[in-house]
Amino acid sequence: MLRFLLRRALSAVPTLLVIATLAFVLLHLTPGGPFDSERVLVPQIQHSIEARFHLDEPLWRQYLRYLGDLAHGDLGPSFQYRNTSVNELIAQGLPVDVAIGGTAMLIALLLGGSIGLLAATRVGGWRDRLPMGLAMLGISVPLFVTAPLLILVFAIRLQWLPAGDWVSGSWRHLLLPSVALALPYTAYIARIVRSAAIEALASPFIRAARAKGLPSLTIVLRHALRPTLMPLVSFLGPALAGVLTGSIVIEQVFGLPGIGRFFVTGALNRDYTLVTGITVLYGALIIAMNVLVDLCYGWLDPRVRARQ
Amino acid sequence: MSPAERNDGPWRRSWRRLYARRGARWALALLGLIMALALLVPALSPYDYAAPSWTHIFLRPSLRGGEWFGTDGLGRDLLVRVMWGCRISLLIGIAASLVSVLIGVAWGTAAGYIGGRTDGLLMRTVDVLYSVPFIPLVIVLEVLFGRNFLLVFIAIGAVSWLDIARIVRGQTLAIRSQNYIEAALALGVRTPAVIWRHVVPNLLGLVIVYATLTIPSVILFEALLSFLGLGVQAPLASLGSLVADGANEMQANPYLLLIPAAFLAAIILCLNYLGDALRDALDPRHD
Repeated sequence: MLRFLLRRALSAVPTLLVIATLAFVLLHLTPGGPFDSERVLVPQIQHSIEARFHLDEPLWRQYLRYLGDLAHGDLGPSFQYRNTSVNELIAQGLPVDVAIGGTAMLIALLLGGSIGLLAATRVGGWRDRLPMGLAMLGISVPLFVTAPLLILVFAIRLQWLPAGDWVSGSWRHLLLPSVALALPYTAYIARIVRSAAIEALASPFIRAARAKGLPSLTIVLRHALRPTLMPLVSFLGPALAGVLTGSIVIEQVFGLPGIGRFFVTGALNRDYTLVTGITVLYGALIIAMNVLVDLCYGWLDPRVRARQ
Repeated sequence: MSPAERNDGPWRRSWRRLYARRGARWALALLGLIMALALLVPALSPYDYAAPSWTHIFLRPSLRGGEWFGTDGLGRDLLVRVMWGCRISLLIGIAASLVSVLIGVAWGTAAGYIGGRTDGLLMRTVDVLYSVPFIPLVIVLEVLFGRNFLLVFIAIGAVSWLDIARIVRGQTLAIRSQNYIEAALALGVRTPAVIWRHVVPNLLGLVIVYATLTIPSVILFEALLSFLGLGVQAPLASLGSLVADGANEMQANPYLLLIPAAFLAAIILCLNYLGDALRDALDPRHD
């Protein structure tokens, strides 16, 4: 277990290096610098600003300096938000995304999972076909359509919930963005759980459990659930990447102060360190999630555990 | 199997299985209708997608007036704009999917067929690329290089080949161990010819399914970029930018959001459904 984690942590290093390099090179290749403005600065001032952020150094030295800081966990100072480090900006924005993303995944898992299980036990009936039709619709309608529609119905017409803005710790502000983000994942999870559960319910050990005369609720929850979770777990890795990009949209639509907003404004203002830092963070989150997924595999399937 | 079907080839049988599903017929018909409308309406309509008309602002949809879908805040006919949006979205979807299928198939067959160290190297690359947060990177590129149709197109094509490469590799591994490959090699057929004549045709069914499922995800990605204001350049519209414009006006004029959203959802829904149905239809175990 410990060796497994250690090996995965080591193999994450080159991947993060690739991501950081890619982001660094692409950003520096682009025309325009962070301190080019309409207003022409006195050359001395322009020069001293650039010297402060080491922009006057050759590119390879900037790159090595950045990697060195990165190795110490320091993502550097933001160019756009003066006197603020990228670490501070992330610390400010990340809790918003964690709250929304976490709530959304929780809703999606509980709702999607139970819909999928219910449909799998009633294949072909209306309780299967209706939710699965809705799930197909849920996959096909993108986030940036459902989010404004939810605002239109629940915030503007019914006025039950606020249309945007963010108050830390307020569930009323959390609910609408989380539900909007959760909808497509609920649909995906319902479909995955349904087909996995159908397969699991057809296997011999379930027949044995039925032969023993166990109640069907016990069969589904105690015996069929575990193999059903396997394909679901492998979906969760890519799902996190989707939640990250989804939260950029959600932040845009609801006007929330998360990382995604820093990311987009950072890109607009050529804030090299901010954009590279958030890209590296996204990459690290995806890698961490994949490790978590592999650990879950081991927990669910003893054969995988032996190999780890 | 009925006697009439017995002498058909596998493709015909798959087509018949697909056509036997009512949902698949509906999806095909609806998709065909949208494509036909997207081609014909802008050509036949008296209205232009770009020219503003200050006397026709925010007209509600009505069949009696000339504007069936109403007009937007610049007095432009929404019907023509939505149809242009369908054109652009479908064009990007199909073209970028072709790019990603080509890269994915080449990469996957190379890894699966050659095997060994090449396989390890190619697939390790895919693993690393999987961890790169591409959509954020594309957003950055779009912002930095300015909105560029070609860039959107290349970026999307370059991102979406990873899944196809993985799936194709797995399938190639299975095909390579078949007897007919061994027979071909024993007869002295060269490797490129074996790949082209025996491996690729057997991958075709799988590739068709994933290409069909890649198109909607590409369309959604382009729509997402356009929604964030990074996709096609105004006054040209894609379904994503129309939805974004509509979302700004939804309080007073919800039809500006609902109509393009409905077309976007219909296209995606049809393609997703067709992909699912194709997967079943091309599976010979369903006979």
